[in-house]
Amino acid sequence: MRRGAVIVAIAALALGLLAFVPWIADGYQLSLAIGILNYAVLATAWTLFSGPTRYVSLATVAFFGIGAYTVAVLGEVLAWPVVLLIALGTGSVVALVVGFATLRLSGVYFVIFTFGLAELIRQVVTWFEVNVTRTLGRYVFVDISQEQIYWQLLGLTALVFGAGYAIRRSRLGLALRVIGDDEVVARHLGIGTTAAKVALFTFSAGFMTLCGAIMAPRWTYIDPAIAFNPVVSFQVLIMALLGGAHRLYGPLLGVIPLTLLFEFLLARFPNHFSILIGLAFMAIVYAIPRGITGLVEQASARLRRGAAP
Amino acid sequence: MQRMSGLIRAASVAACLALAAGTASAQEPKSIKIGYAISKTGPNAGGANITQIPNYQMWVKEVNDKGGLMLKSIGKRVPIEVIEYDDRSNSEEAVRAVERLVTQDKVDLLFPPWGTGLNLAVGPVFNKYGYPQLAFSAVTDRAPELAKRWPNSFWFLGTSQMYVGALADLLAKQQKVGKINANVAMISIADGFGIDLSKAAREALPKAGMKLVYDKSYPIGTQDLSPLIAEAQRSGADTFVAFSYPPDTVALTDQAKVASFSPKVMFLGVGVGFPLYPGKFGANTEGVMSLGGLSKDNAGTAEYRKKHNAMHGRDPDYWGSQVGYASLQMLQQAVERVGKIDRPAIIKELQTGTFDTVLGKIKLEGNMPKDAFWVLGQWQNGFYTGVAPQRPGVAELIVPKPAWKP
Amino acid sequence: MILLEATLAGLVLGGMYALVALGLNLQYGVARIMNLAYGEGVIVAAFAAWWLYTAGGINPIFGLALILPAAFAVNWLIYRLALTPLVRRAKLREQLEVDSILATFGLLFVVQGLMLVAFGGAYYSYGFLSVPVVIADVTIAANRLLALGFALVLGLALYLALTRTRIGTAVRAVAVDPVAAGLVAIDVRQVAAASFALGGALVAAGGVLVSMFLTFNANIGVVFTMKALIVVIMGGVGNLLGCLVAGLILGLTETFVATWVDPGLTLAATYAIFLAILLVRPQGLFGRAAR
Repeated sequence: MRRGAVIVAIAALALGLLAFVPWIADGYQLSLAIGILNYAVLATAWTLFSGPTRYVSLATVAFFGIGAYTVAVLGEVLAWPVVLLIALGTGSVVALVVGFATLRLSGVYFVIFTFGLAELIRQVVTWFEVNVTRTLGRYVFVDISQEQIYWQLLGLTALVFGAGYAIRRSRLGLALRVIGDDEVVARHLGIGTTAAKVALFTFSAGFMTLCGAIMAPRWTYIDPAIAFNPVVSFQVLIMALLGGAHRLYGPLLGVIPLTLLFEFLLARFPNHFSILIGLAFMAIVYAIPRGITGLVEQASARLRRGAAP
Repeated sequence: MQRMSGLIRAASVAACLALAAGTASAQEPKSIKIGYAISKTGPNAGGANITQIPNYQMWVKEVNDKGGLMLKSIGKRVPIEVIEYDDRSNSEEAVRAVERLVTQDKVDLLFPPWGTGLNLAVGPVFNKYGYPQLAFSAVTDRAPELAKRWPNSFWFLGTSQMYVGALADLLAKQQKVGKINANVAMISIADGFGIDLSKAAREALPKAGMKLVYDKSYPIGTQDLSPLIAEAQRSGADTFVAFSYPPDTVALTDQAKVASFSPKVMFLGVGVGFPLYPGKFGANTEGVMSLGGLSKDNAGTAEYRKKHNAMHGRDPDYWGSQVGYASLQMLQQAVERVGKIDRPAIIKELQTGTFDTVLGKIKLEGNMPKDAFWVLGQWQNGFYTGVAPQRPGVAELIVPKPAWKP
Repeated sequence: MILLEATLAGLVLGGMYALVALGLNLQYGVARIMNLAYGEGVIVAAFAAWWLYTAGGINPIFGLALILPAAFAVNWLIYRLALTPLVRRAKLREQLEVDSILATFGLLFVVQGLMLVAFGGAYYSYGFLSVPVVIADVTIAANRLLALGFALVLGLALYLALTRTRIGTAVRAVAVDPVAAGLVAIDVRQVAAASFALGGALVAAGGVLVSMFLTFNANIGVVFTMKALIVVIMGGVGNLLGCLVAGLILGLTETFVATWVDPGLTLAATYAIFLAILLVRPQGLFGRAAR
């Protein structure tokens, strides 16, 4: 119990300090911080569902895009909090429907299904815009500053971590861990596997949707190719897996170093970026098989052994 | 001691920057930093590699070969230093890269990214820091409005109405003399470019007395366009219009040839002016229309194409490339007339001055060029000739397009 | 008439999808490598064919004779050097799946980067066999028809090889249960390496054939990876006939929707069909029940 209090205190302190970033950072540094928070929210939300259940989802951008598109459609018409609520509602409803539909799938079938889902939504949005509204790109001239985007993302990060922490300590979290280990056993224990999985999928999707909605005003112009860019799904997956999906803080350990690595390589080697980032991915897979979290755990285990021989 | 000298260095760097920002000072900059973030990878790379990057490289090399940009304020030429990033065809990366160029690298000038979406994404950043944005690969209906909102932004390729209006005029003229019927079959790619142009066409064509008998869009990444060609063929239209992207433009030509579909007027989108198009279709390009164009008697563009070919081993395209190069020449002249890196003054000069470019004299109106370049062209005897707007050197449209040769 | 036209066009398009997916079926179905760099293989082969044709004047069909063995060798090396350590390390199938996703994601970038350095980002295209062939009054491009032919021949040949030969039986055994296959004296590693390499050679065949009619650049590999994944999953992992059928269904869907509904909905329709089939048959059309 005391350990829990310490963790909460440290997190609150970090959050308080991070809130001051916009006053000391220049435009680029703020931009970088926004990029990191964006992926921190997405990767952590991804892990909320995929970590315990071991379902690998490529639908991240489907929800992110729904959020962004809601802003594109309603951003200039309604008040900002209302827009966010509508985005959250839309994303959750889609997630609920999809969650119920996908339960029968397992392994790679689920992976590709979620990818197909994201692409289907993108195609349908495109078709609707082209044939019904007759405009494809939408202009988002919402009066929201970069600093405000940063603070909103920071708040969302706090929420997603808080939610993750709470879930892990709840009956739902325990149920999910059992499902991840062995779904048959879980069912025999009387766990409502369906309800648990759908609830978590929806929950995780809600965060992704909000993240997309908050990010949208940054780009002025949104079309389906921008909002539903599949690269986002893959990048979230890679960051979460490299960080380690079995811990709440794992994705963060993937997001920060990878974002910085991307920045460094893009700036220093713009013409050989692809080759170098590819080699870096491969090196990480071979050298750090259990993700960065694995390294951290190993180190802390060694420390503990050293302290109490 | 070392820290001391570090401090001094930092102070002198700050002084240099103050100078670069336009405040009067006796110190001389060693170089003028120009930065750009462009799509070297991802779906935009194909376009950026043909229309944009070669022009940047060529212009920088030419300026540096002369010793750099002439700055009157210090009375000498200052060489250009380039900082380039890859935006991976991604709005978020593009925004961040431009922020980085401005705030970290402290560049003196920026070049724009490729495409409508990315130019709009970075628009607020250019505007916030007051850098001129000479976009020459963006076609948007809201260009006039954007130029008002961001007075530092220039939209060289104009609006979709400009292109479609010219097309409608040409078609109406042919229809009145009875060379074609009034029916038009139109397809468009489901992306900003295709949608904007087809939307404008839906208004402009009926106004000009033409009738749309087939009007469909198709998604990016469609790998077989034969059903669309078949439907267009069945529609009985004499005019086939496709607002397409390069891979589709090639596929449509191929498929039309296979299906022996040779409409009297064949208008295709981006790609007809790419070097690979005449390379692949040879004499079969005859009569195909598209955006952009060239006039035979313009020595400027001819020389530009020769230089481009010498440096890159391939031709530039016939639309954005030459406009883009002209925009760089304008930037150069604006900087040299102002005589220092004073961005508000450079923007002012771009808005009001008259410039000598490969396209001839250009003066902007509302941050857009007017009748400064060929909006529409047609392959005629192996030369991609400008056919609209009506300006000196305009060629007569060839109708009907000759049948496909095997 | 229109029906016949749409059907033929759909079969030809579907043949192309099936052709591009056959190799992935071997790589994922047998060698258990979820190869995200798969589409890059298609593009590398397309560039090779383009280069042989434009620089050496070698027509792509003869080009196949050079490119296929080279692709086999390169893929065999990739498996032995880059992927065997992962296979050896993975205790569970899920672990290998995750590791291979990460490693081949890296490989994707490396291959793409090398192509960008070599060819830049510009579009490439050449014309070969772009001549009309008339079948029952319907005109089709010869090069597309050729791709369909190759898909059918390769698909059937592989199917027969897998079901009628001893080696084929060994390959299927590895696909079903690598551990048990090892117990009955099958050299699992060799079989897996050979399957991966053969898959790579099939990808190359697909790349060479589609390069005759598609315009490509260094960046579009991922389009083929995704199409192939969808075809493989829809048909059922490891099932070659399923792969053919799934490819043809997707092709037919696209042309039917383009002809009678709206060309704007073609891709939406293919994804919808794919999702619907998975919902009804979670293991794909011809897939075996879960592990």
